[in-house]
Amino acid sequence: MLDPVIASRLQFALTTIVHIIFPVMSMGLAPFLIYFTWKDIRTDDPVYEQLRRFWTKIFAISFVVGTVTGIVLEFEFGTNFAAFSTAAGELFGGPLAAEGMMAFMLEATFLGVFVFGREKVSDALYMVSAVAVGLGTWLSAVWILIANSWMQTPRGYELASESGQLVVSLVDPIAAYANPRFPWMFVHMQNAAVLSVALFMAGVAAYHIWQRDIGNDDDGGDARFWRKTLKIALVVLLVTAPFQAIHGDAYGRHVYETQPQKFAAMEAVWETDSYVPEYIFAVPTSLEHITDPRAKELLGIGIPGGASWLASGGDPQAEITGLNEFETEAPPVAIVFWSFRLMVAAGFWFILLAFWAAYRWWTDELYDDDLLHKAFVGSSLLGIFAVEVGWIVTEVGRQPWVIQGVLKTSDGVSPGLTGFEATLTLVGFAVVYTGLLGLYTYVIRRIIREGPPSLDSLKTTPQTASTGVTGDD
Amino acid sequence: MTDYGAFATDPLFGLPLEELWFGLVFFILGMFLFLDGFDFGVGALFATREDEAERETLLAAIGPFWDGNEVWLVVFGGALFAAFPAVYANLFSRHYLLMFAILGALILRGLAPEMYEQRHDETWQTWWGRSFVAGSVSAPFFLGVFTAHWLLGIDSLVSIPGVVVGLAVVALTVVAGVGFLGMKTRGALRRDIVGYGPKAIGAYLALVVATLVYLVVFRTDIGLLAPLPLALVVVTLVAAGGYLATLRAERYTLAFGTVPILVFALVALVAVLLFPLADPAAGLTVSDAIISILPLNILSVASALLLPLVFTYFGILYSTFSGPIETGESYS
Ligand code: HDD
Ligand code: HEM
Ligand code: HEM
Repeated sequence: MLDPVIASRLQFALTTIVHIIFPVMSMGLAPFLIYFTWKDIRTDDPVYEQLRRFWTKIFAISFVVGTVTGIVLEFEFGTNFAAFSTAAGELFGGPLAAEGMMAFMLEATFLGVFVFGREKVSDALYMVSAVAVGLGTWLSAVWILIANSWMQTPRGYELASESGQLVVSLVDPIAAYANPRFPWMFVHMQNAAVLSVALFMAGVAAYHIWQRDIGNDDDGGDARFWRKTLKIALVVLLVTAPFQAIHGDAYGRHVYETQPQKFAAMEAVWETDSYVPEYIFAVPTSLEHITDPRAKELLGIGIPGGASWLASGGDPQAEITGLNEFETEAPPVAIVFWSFRLMVAAGFWFILLAFWAAYRWWTDELYDDDLLHKAFVGSSLLGIFAVEVGWIVTEVGRQPWVIQGVLKTSDGVSPGLTGFEATLTLVGFAVVYTGLLGLYTYVIRRIIREGPPSLDSLKTTPQTASTGVTGDD
Repeated sequence: MTDYGAFATDPLFGLPLEELWFGLVFFILGMFLFLDGFDFGVGALFATREDEAERETLLAAIGPFWDGNEVWLVVFGGALFAAFPAVYANLFSRHYLLMFAILGALILRGLAPEMYEQRHDETWQTWWGRSFVAGSVSAPFFLGVFTAHWLLGIDSLVSIPGVVVGLAVVALTVVAGVGFLGMKTRGALRRDIVGYGPKAIGAYLALVVATLVYLVVFRTDIGLLAPLPLALVVVTLVAAGGYLATLRAERYTLAFGTVPILVFALVALVAVLLFPLADPAAGLTVSDAIISILPLNILSVASALLLPLVFTYFGILYSTFSGPIETGESYS
């Protein structure tokens, strides 16, 4: 039997790591679907109906799995983190209630219209439902990230004690909900979701183009559909990939200012030092360096003064406070340090990939470079991977705190929970969620292999179906 | 720091917000039991259908709705957490395995229809069909057990009153499912389905009566023999009579109209019997557990603005898909 604290943490980690995959898909797909629906309604080009219908299928299944995994999380605060929920409920419960009423309701009702109602409602209401679904997904991110960002940079509260129990009471809602972390987190997260979906789309399209040797003037089957998908994804990638890195750089500075201990863990700085390098490709020379990275001892291709530069906003000489100087024990440095590197490496790879593809487009060889297509296929899930490791930096880096500086994680777990119960549900989730991921992958692969609905099956009128079928506008 | 003035110290318009929120939490639970209740009932009735086209019709009947309906459970969790965090934390952690049983059932119920539609071979559909039934029956069952244990302050995983109430809630969802399909189906399918209505309502009443007898004999502390609880029992009996009569007269919309009365009478009964306690096992009263005035005022304003919008969304959804299912309806 595991200790209930460890089991609860592992279970929360497992369940959120699985859950976040589906919101990333739906939040990232949302702007694409709004665009496809708009173009489908406003133009005669049938490719937009294909795009809308194909990606809506993937959206719908992601949404269902997102829902069933999300409810688990919402209840887990009560089941496994009862002490945390009792102490911080005044601040933390409100955003969750708002998320349900404002976001999930909007999303789940209009999704019915969006998925099942194309033939039943007017174009205008159909467009409204596309926007409502998209808005709903983004609003749920607003509220859940308000809750999470408050755990990173708590503000607007007072500590009280009710019969020996710690109570965090809300005294300034504006300060609490508009806490300093929130805008950073929201922008970084939403851009990451769109970027991840653009990579996924590009990967799927590149797969078909590569496998079937689709060329520039190929018109058979869904050739045009896949070319169009690749180009749209590429345009979005060109904007979001560089933005993510530029934003992440400034975000790092904000983390240094508000959670210096986390920043020190991200850089594995144990002793306070100045002119600290940023190792992008740190090379562990022994096994020990992997499990216990120490910036000083790592062999790496580092930017001299890079970490200092990141922390201070441009001064390579700046001093970084080392982990040894904090009173609380350090978070698991290895996990935080390597996860951060994986995220940043992925970020630079995405920029490279976007520029490479843009160059091929410019030289008119976008559909001819099979190496590029393979790179896209290989990278199709890397966006989601980067989101996962990014969140691991955020959450593991906050340890030992569940609310930074206010409540320790070990004090947040349900007091009555037994090791038996917690281990039982942890094992149960490990089994169920593995199955869930397997099923989701299976269904998505089937949808991808099947491709878009054929042009003949579209319900457009004959005149419109025959126009605009050639060329890639 | 912002100064919030009286907003931080006095309840909005001097309203009894504690009691209102206690009521609202149960109202939301009632919305869930009513709306997702008929989805669960359709899931249970799915077990009685062998014919592929009929099965497709049942799935199409709830297809656009169930996801939205289920959100009421999420909002129930959110509202309980936001207004009575100590109750949320105590209840959910004390009924740890039961909560995960509910969640497991909901996962199965949510996935199954989606998976069922993915492939059209027999083994696949048989198994997902069974999962759909299992999830749809066990979710309301566990929810009933949970609610009974909440009210009676029972901490174990199973108990006799828990099982009886659990079965009663399952029967109630079948009552709701029959009412819903009465409106959504036609012909022989409808005739068959409606045949389950009297059985389901009979089972529901029998299980409710058994529970009431138990409460009167063994749990006088619950205080069933008071005017308000007894009035709710009478409402239940009258609504059940109305349900039977309207089904027999083939007035299906009216029959479905008695379902919310049955559901809200049950949920109100639980709320009335609990009050002024919010969590008997933890000895927490409603006023112990309520959050302080400032967040409570914010929550109240937010809900007063948002709930009418939510009802508008449901209005649009249900009017878009009103009327009986045409065969072959599915994704656009
Ligand atoms: C496609 C995904 C993706 C990519 C390519 C990047 N990030 Fe990121 N990052 C995330 C996805 C993400 C995330 C998963 O979305 C996180 C977790 C919480 C958050 O707000 O965003 C995150 C968090 C996060 C944090 C905050 C950790 C915390 O709050 O404690 C920092 C400092 C960075 N990132 C920095 C970067 C830098 C310098 C990148 C350079 C290329 C970068 N990220 C690329
Ligand atoms: C969806 C993206 C997220 C991922 C992948 C994620 C990941 C994790 C991980 C890995 C842990 C375990 C940390 C540890 O114990 O060492 C954790 C803990 C936790 N996270 Fe998150 N998290 C996410 C979002 C959120 C959000 C949005 C919230 C709050 C609204 C949240 C609240 C918590 C809580 C309460 C814990 C348990 C206490 C703790 O261990 O600190 N998480 N999460
Ligand atoms: C750890 C904390 C989290 C909790 C408690 C949580 C809770 C939930 C719940 C209850 C649902 C189901 C809603 C429904 O019935 O429609 C859901 C779905 C969703 N969640 Fe989470 N969630 C968490 C993390 C996140 C994060 C970090 C994000 C994004 C930033 C996110 C975004 C979404 C979205 C967009 C959906 C809609 C379903 C979908 O589109 O797949 N969630 N979540």
